[in-house]
Amino acid sequence: MNSMTTLTSQWLPICTVDNLIPNSGIVALLNGESVAIFWLPHAETKLYALSHLDPFSGAEVIGHGLICESKGRWSVASPVYKQHFDLETGQCLESDEIKLTCYPVRIHNNWVELQNTQAKSQLAHIQSKDTL
Amino acid sequence: MKKQCVVIGNGMVGHHFAEKFLESSMLNEYDLIILGAESCRAYDRVHLSEYFDNADPKHLQLGDEQFYSEQGITLRLAEPVTHIDRDHQRVITEQGEYPYDKLVIATGSYPFVPPIPGRDQAHCLVYRTLDDLDAIQASANEGKVGVVVGGGLLGLEAAHALTKLGLDAHVVEFAPRLMPVQLDAQAGHQLKRKIEALGVKVHTDKATKAIVQGDQHRLKMCFADETSLETDLIVFSAGIRPQDRLAASAGLALGEKGGILVDNHCRTSDPSIYAIGECAVWNHQQFGLVAPGYTMARVAVSHLTGDGEVTFTGADMSTKLKLLGVDVGSIGDAHAVTPDSLTYQYSDELLGIYRKLVISPDGKYLLGAILIGDNSYYDTLLQYTLNAIELPEYPETLILPVTSQTAPTLGVSALPLEATICSCHNVSKGDICEAMNDGAVSLSDLKATTKAATGCGGCSTMVKNVLEYELEKRGIHVDKSLCEHFNYTRQELFHLIKVEEIKTFDQLIERHGQGGGCDICKPATASMLASIWNEHVHEPALVGLQDTNDTFMANMQKNGTYSVVPRIPGGEITPSMLISIGEVGKKYNLYTKITGGQRIDLFGATLDELPLIWEELIAAGFETGHAYGKSLRTVKSCIGDTWCRYGVQDSMSMAIKLENRYKGLRTPHKVKMAVSGCTRECAEAQSKDIGVIATEKGWNLYVCGNGGMKPRHADLFATDLDDETLVKYIDRVLMFYVYTADRLQRTSVWMENLQGGLRYLREVVIEDSLGLGEELESRMQSVVDSYQCEWKTALEDPSKRKRFRSYVNASQPRRATIELIEERGQMIPARNITEEELA
Repeated sequence: MNSMTTLTSQWLPICTVDNLIPNSGIVALLNGESVAIFWLPHAETKLYALSHLDPFSGAEVIGHGLICESKGRWSVASPVYKQHFDLETGQCLESDEIKLTCYPVRIHNNWVELQNTQAKSQLAHIQSKDTL
Repeated sequence: MKKQCVVIGNGMVGHHFAEKFLESSMLNEYDLIILGAESCRAYDRVHLSEYFDNADPKHLQLGDEQFYSEQGITLRLAEPVTHIDRDHQRVITEQGEYPYDKLVIATGSYPFVPPIPGRDQAHCLVYRTLDDLDAIQASANEGKVGVVVGGGLLGLEAAHALTKLGLDAHVVEFAPRLMPVQLDAQAGHQLKRKIEALGVKVHTDKATKAIVQGDQHRLKMCFADETSLETDLIVFSAGIRPQDRLAASAGLALGEKGGILVDNHCRTSDPSIYAIGECAVWNHQQFGLVAPGYTMARVAVSHLTGDGEVTFTGADMSTKLKLLGVDVGSIGDAHAVTPDSLTYQYSDELLGIYRKLVISPDGKYLLGAILIGDNSYYDTLLQYTLNAIELPEYPETLILPVTSQTAPTLGVSALPLEATICSCHNVSKGDICEAMNDGAVSLSDLKATTKAATGCGGCSTMVKNVLEYELEKRGIHVDKSLCEHFNYTRQELFHLIKVEEIKTFDQLIERHGQGGGCDICKPATASMLASIWNEHVHEPALVGLQDTNDTFMANMQKNGTYSVVPRIPGGEITPSMLISIGEVGKKYNLYTKITGGQRIDLFGATLDELPLIWEELIAAGFETGHAYGKSLRTVKSCIGDTWCRYGVQDSMSMAIKLENRYKGLRTPHKVKMAVSGCTRECAEAQSKDIGVIATEKGWNLYVCGNGGMKPRHADLFATDLDDETLVKYIDRVLMFYVYTADRLQRTSVWMENLQGGLRYLREVVIEDSLGLGEELESRMQSVVDSYQCEWKTALEDPSKRKRFRSYVNASQPRRATIELIEERGQMIPARNITEEELA
C-alpha cells in the first residue's frame, strides 16, 4: 500500500500545507522511515524535517516534542526523556555523539515535500516489513 | 551503666531542652526521663488561642511524634511530681520514683489570680493550658459575656480567645493603660482605641473589690470606684508566677519574689539541679518569654556536656505580636528609663498608628522603641538595638510613614555575623551563612537545618533577606526569572496575564519576553492561560505550547504508546460502566491496571487509536481523567457512612462533589485530594494536597500534603466545617496556590516556602487578610462553569481530530514497530525484558 516508494521524482509531495501545525510537528512516512516535520511560521527557516525516532527511548516520538529556542537556535525536546535536538543539524544538545538524521523539506505549489533520498540513518532504520 | 537525667516539665522549654540534649549526643552518657504533669505532650503555648480555630491539640504540638520514641528517651505524661528527694537524688511521683544524677526543673509558671473575694467560684477561670481552654470553652457555651482580668499581653490574647468563642468580651485592667509593662501612656491609649474598635470593651484603672452573684448574668464584678460589670465568666490573666513549689519544699534557694535562683549556667543552689524557663529567676528577674527560656535550655545542656561555654546573662525582652489583629511591638528600653535618653514620636490617630524611638543621649544608638498598628518597622529597629548599629543622620526617618507603603529596612549587609536573626532558636546571621556553606540554599532548607523561623516565625522575612543577600554575595545570581525568555517569576507572569487579559503565548512573549520560547515557559504559560481563561488545549494558538501528554490528552509511555485514564469520581463506578471499560481494553488489547487513585489505567494505545477508544468511552458515559495534565487528578474516598459501620459522614458524595467541581482545573503541578468518612482515615487524606476528614460535626480540612519522593503530612487547616465553608476554603486555597506558586511546585513545597507558612495561609483564606477571598472564589467559579470534557470537544471537531493521525500520509500506524510480549495474560513492552533474561 505504500505507493510512495514507487515514485521516482526527487521531491515527494507529503501533504498540503494546511496539514502543518504552527510551532509544532506532524509526522510522515518516507521510504519506510518516519519523519517529523516542524513548521515555525515566525522563524527565519520555517520548515524543518528530522527523524521521528528518538534514539534514547527507541520510540517514535520526536514529532510530538516541544519546539524550543535558545540564543537564536531552534531545537525540539523529546517527549520521553526531554533531550533537545537541534532542528538545523539534528545534533543532540545533551550528548555529542547522538545526532538525528535531517531531511530536506520544502513547500512547493501548496504542498509540503520531502526529498526522496534513499539514505538511511542507522538510528532511524525501520525495516520495511514492519509497514502494514 | 548510663547515668540518669530527669526533667520535670514537658512544656515548650522542657521540650527544647530535650531537643538540644539529643543534638548534643548526651544520650550516649545519659538516659533522659521527662515527667509531664499535663496529659498532652509539649505544645505551643504562644499560639494557644488558635486552639479555638482548631480543636485538635496535635496542631499545636511541638516536634514530631517520633522524637519521644527515640532510644534512651522516656516521656511520662499525666504524671505530676510530688516531691524531690535531694538526699537520695530521686524524684517521686504518685506512680513511682526516679533516681537522678542530674535533675532539670522546667515547671514553668502558673497564672496569678489576685486575692479578690469570690474568685474561687465556678466560671472563674485561668488561661494557661489546654485544659484551661477546654474549661473556658465549656463555660462559654452557655454564656454571652466574658471578662478578662488583666490587660497585659496574655490578657489580650485571652480576650481574643473569648471573641473567637462568640462572647461579648471585656478587658479589665488595674493600671491606667493596657500592656503597662511594654507600652507608654500614648501607645496604651492608641491600642485601647484600636481594640475597642474591634468590639472588645476595655476598662482601665479598675480595681476589682469583689465577685458576687449576678442579676442578668452569672457573675457580677464590683469595682473600687463603686461601678460594676456583669458577666458569665471571668478569665484571670493578671500575670504569671514561677512554679517553684517543688523547689521550695526541697529547700532550693528562691528569689525574693519567688522563682528558683539560678546562676549563669542555670544551676540552682544544688549543683546537680538545674532550673530553666519561667520557673527560674536569674539576677532576681523572671523571663516570661519563650526565647529566654530556650536560651536557658541551651545553657543547661552546654553545662551538662561539660564545656559550659554558653552562659545565661539576661535576655532581650523585646516582643512583637498581633493582638486581636492589631500589631504591637516593644523593643528594649521602651519607657526611656536610660538617663538623658531622647525620644522621637510619630502618631496618627486616624489610622491608629503610634511609633516611638528611644535614643542614646549622644543620638547615635537606638535603645528602645514602641510600635502600634504596623510591625513592619520592627525587624529593622530590633537589629539597630541588638547590634548597636549606628543610627542614620535623621533617625526619625525610621518611623515616619513612607509613601511606598513599606517601612525602610536595614540592609542585611549592615548586620554583623553575630547578629541574632531568630531569637527563638538563637540563630545568628553567621549560623545561616554556615548552613549555606553546607549546601542549604532555600528558605525551606534553612528552616530544616538551622530551625530559624520555625519558632514564632516572626523572623522569616529577615531569614529570607539574609538568604538572598548571601546568595548574591557569593556570586550566585538569585535569578527568579522563569527561563531565558522571561525575566519574570511565574507569579508575576500570572498577574500580567490576568490584568492585561493576555490570551496567547505570542502576546505574552511579545509584550513581556524575548526570543522564541522553550519547554519551560511554553507549558507554564499554557497552564496559566488555562487556569485563567480555560480554553481548549487544541485552540490553534495554544497547541504548540504543550508537551505530547497535554496535546494528545493521554500519558505517553516509554515505548511511545499512550495510556488512557477515564475519570471515575471518588472511585465509584457502576458494574455496567466497569464492563464498558473492560470491553474497550479487550478490543484494543490494552494492558489494564487499577491505579493508586482508585481508577483504571489502560496502557498501550497508539495515537490513532486514542479517538476511537474515547468515542467508545464517552458513549459509555466516561469523561477524561486529566491524568496527563498538571491538574486535579483524583479525589480518593472511602465508602463513608452509607455502608460503613464507623462512618460519620457521606464521604463518597463529598468526594464526588469535589472531584466534579475541580476536574479540569490547571494548576502549577498535579493536585490530589481525598475524603475520609471518619477519623480511621481509610482514604489517606493526610497525604494529599487537599485532605478532608469527616467529624461528628462536619469536616476537618488538611492542606499541602503529598506522598512521592519526599512525603509530607498535610497540615490541619480548619475543623468542623460545613459543606459550604469547606468548598469555599478549598476554592481559596487552590486558587491562591494557582496565583502564587512557582511552576511545577507541589503544594507542599509552596507552603514550605510561603513566608509565614500555614499561619499566613490561614490569614489569607480564613480571615481574608489580603481581601482576595471573593476574587479567588469567583475565579474558581468561572473555571468550574467553563469546564468541558476535552476529549468530547476534540472528537466533535474534525480539525482537532486530524491531529491524532500517526502519519500525515498514511492512515494506519505501523503497529509492528512496537514490540510487545505477553506477561501474566497481558501485553507489555518487550524492552522491559533485560538482555540476560532473553538469553
